[in-house]
This record gives sequence, structure tokens and C-alpha cells, in this order.
Amino acid sequence: MEGIGAFFAMGGYAAFVWPAFAVTLGLMAALGWSTWRRLKAAERALAALEAAGEAAVEDEAT
Amino acid sequence: MATEAMALSQTDKAPARGAAGLHRFANPARFSRLSARLLPWTAALAVGLIALGLYLALFVAPADYQQGQSVRIMFVHVPSAWMALFCYSFMALASAVGLIWRHPLADLAAKATAPVGALFTFTALLTGSLWGKPMWGTWWVWDARLTSVLILFFLYLGYMALWQAIDDGAKAARAAAILALVGVVNVPIIKFSVEWWNTLHQPASVLRLDGPTIDASMLWPLLVMALGFKAYFVTVLLLRLRTELAERRLRAFRRRALAEG
Repeated sequence: MEGIGAFFAMGGYAAFVWPAFAVTLGLMAALGWSTWRRLKAAERALAALEAAGEAAVEDEAT
Repeated sequence: MATEAMALSQTDKAPARGAAGLHRFANPARFSRLSARLLPWTAALAVGLIALGLYLALFVAPADYQQGQSVRIMFVHVPSAWMALFCYSFMALASAVGLIWRHPLADLAAKATAPVGALFTFTALLTGSLWGKPMWGTWWVWDARLTSVLILFFLYLGYMALWQAIDDGAKAARAAAILALVGVVNVPIIKFSVEWWNTLHQPASVLRLDGPTIDASMLWPLLVMALGFKAYFVTVLLLRLRTELAERRLRAFRRRALAEG
């Protein structure tokens, strides 16, 4: 069984393999996170407006 | 909520028969309920499949006899590339539906897809470079596959820029839809580039008429990762659609407040 050092070394290709995985998964996580935050901000703002007693609103006819 | 439904149904005077079924989901309240039910599942699928895919890719799949451990880059590179093409195709289809049938959610679905597609195109290019440097000896080459994928990336950016640049939502949707449809010719070009031209990029080894040439020990981790990336796309798409609808309602609220105010 290879040691943990050998695993991280990736047969000498560590400098290529690990950034590839890190950037791909990192960017996916970042997009998911930023999307989530934007949704929550919009929902919070909507809840605040509705709580302030605004009546049901007509959606914009795009 | 009822007012919204009525307002929307009145803007769709003559839905084409083919899209009549889809018009059920034009109602934002219905979409909101459906997406709220689906989201926990798609998110769990995405996390679970990607986690499993990573385990298979890093610990189970064998090293390649020629490429050694660098072949593991394939397990992020190929799913990214597949998603880049899938997202653009989906975006073009949604744009067509929005243009032809004026389905209200179609334009928003296309808009919501673009950043995800752009992200995967970028990671496909980046991981491809990281794989190409040790294997081909170069970070980049202007062969047909790489060049056409770079063009795909610029198409995504142009599409997103149109939405940002045009203030009127309906006009932005139409302009962006036209760009998406004009650019869709790039998708088959990318797919067949490795057959039509003499490319440094290798030919297809999975999606071929004669079946995959890739070994099962590598094919399964690849498919698991690809499915995980798809589930991730559905999750982010649903989240972004909910956001678009919420922000539209916010803008309507604020316009009303200004008008009354």
C-alpha cells in the first residue's frame, strides 16, 4: 500500500493534478455559495417588504 | 399570488400546443413550490455523487500505463467539458422556447444557466492546460478543439454581457436568445472537431458510434462524476431561477412604492 506521501505526490504530477481538482471544485463551491447568498438576500428583502404590510404585488409582465 | 397567476396567464394569449404542458410551470408560485421540493434532493445527489466520484477517481481508478497519475485530471476535465456543451445546448433550447412560445420561465432559465456553463468551460480549459503541459509539453495549442472551446467561453461571456447591458428585460432576453441560437453551431463543431480536423487533442473515447474505448475501471468514475456535475447544475439552476423570480418581485414592489410615493 502506498504511503500518504506517495498519494499526494501523484507520481510526480502533483503540481498539475491537485490544482486541477482544487480549482474545479473550488469554483463550483464558490458559485453555489454566491448563488445561495443572493437568493437568501432577495428572500429576506421580500419578507421585510411583505411584513411592512405591502399588498400582493403584480409581477412585471416581461 | 393569484394576481400574479392571472397577470401571467393574460400575457400568454395564444400558447402553442406543444408548449401547453410547459405553461403549467409558468406560474411562479407553482415553480416555487416545485423547486422547493426538488432542491434538497438535487443538492444531496450532487454532493453524494461528486463525493463518490472523487473517491473513485482518486483511490479506485488505476493510473494509466502511459500517463501515470496525471490521467486523474480526466475526472474533472471531461465532466467539465461535457457540462460546458450541455449547458450551452440547454441555454440555446431555453432561448428558442422563450423566443418562439414566449414561455416566461424559459428566458430566465437560459439566463440562469449561462454562469454555470461559463464556469465549466473555464475549468475545462484550465484542467485541460494542466493536463496538456505534462502530457503534450505545452499549456496551449491552437488546434480545432481548444480554439472552438475558447470561442464557446467568449460566447457565454457575450451572452451574460447582453443581459447586463440592456436595461429592458424583454429586449435583453431577445437579444441574448438570438446570440445563444447563432452560437449554437459551435456545439457540433466542438464535438466533431477532433474528427474533422487534425488535432492535438485526442479523438472521442466515450461518446462514439462504436461504443466507448475507455476501460470500465476509468469509465465508471467518469460517469459518476459527470452525473454529479449534472445534479450540481440542476441545483444551481433551480436556485438561480428562484432568485430571478424573487428579484423580479422585489423590483415590482419598489416600482409600486415609487409610483405611490
